[in-house]
Amino acid sequence: MKFKLILITLLLNFNLASGVEKKVDQNTIHKNLRCLVCQGQSIADSNSDFAQTIKLVVKDLIKDGKTEREIYSFMSDKYGEWIVFKPELNKHNVVLWVLPYLALIFGGVIIFILVRRRN
Amino acid sequence: MSLNKDTNYSTNFLTGKKISNISLEYFDENKFYKEDDLKKNNYTLINFWASWCLPCRQEHPLLVQLSKEKNLKLLGVNFKDKKKQAETFLYNLGNPYDLLTKDELGKSSVKFGVYGIPESILVNKDLMILKKFVGPLSTEDYDSIIKIIN
Repeated sequence: MKFKLILITLLLNFNLASGVEKKVDQNTIHKNLRCLVCQGQSIADSNSDFAQTIKLVVKDLIKDGKTEREIYSFMSDKYGEWIVFKPELNKHNVVLWVLPYLALIFGGVIIFILVRRRN
Repeated sequence: MSLNKDTNYSTNFLTGKKISNISLEYFDENKFYKEDDLKKNNYTLINFWASWCLPCRQEHPLLVQLSKEKNLKLLGVNFKDKKKQAETFLYNLGNPYDLLTKDELGKSSVKFGVYGIPESILVNKDLMILKKFVGPLSTEDYDSIIKIIN
């Protein structure tokens, strides 16, 4: 009975959470966009002309009802993936995303084998 | 591979892509230049410039020369500029543009992947980007444009 109640509560929370539209945070987007004419700065950190323009465009896109992902996609389409600090997973960067996990698994297996041998 | 990626920024990847949803305000009128207008030309060189931009002065004679080409239309986008100063610039150096538009806040230029001026984009009537020139046009760029349009 207790388990059923927990399950129902979890399901209800999940439905409510997915039903509520996620608010697009302008600052988060600015922080995740690279200022292309600056040295390692984000759009949020920069006062350059380019950063000011991108901020205006992001504001317009939010106003048009675009989601965070759609805004990153728009920017990547115009300026390349380089503009986004956290690029989406694709065929060009799949190794970069998967490699740390593979290294972790590989390391774990080696440690497991070594410990087993010692015992 | 992403690890070998050149971090020197380039928008050359836009070559071969189609431009869409463009809307550029005419320099002198409250009208907008749209995709359908661009489709009327065999080739269009969209040039982003401003009177305050020194390299724009440098490339200007080449634009004047390109304006003589019959198979090419020049679309000027006056970028974050003051109208009076832009007019003086063209009065002094000559107006090579078949059509002049403006982008006072620079927002429209983002749709073309512009991040600094001067930049020029050569498109065909299918709105496909044939070449993108970042920085002032050089004589080599001029030659490559001539080769493409003829």
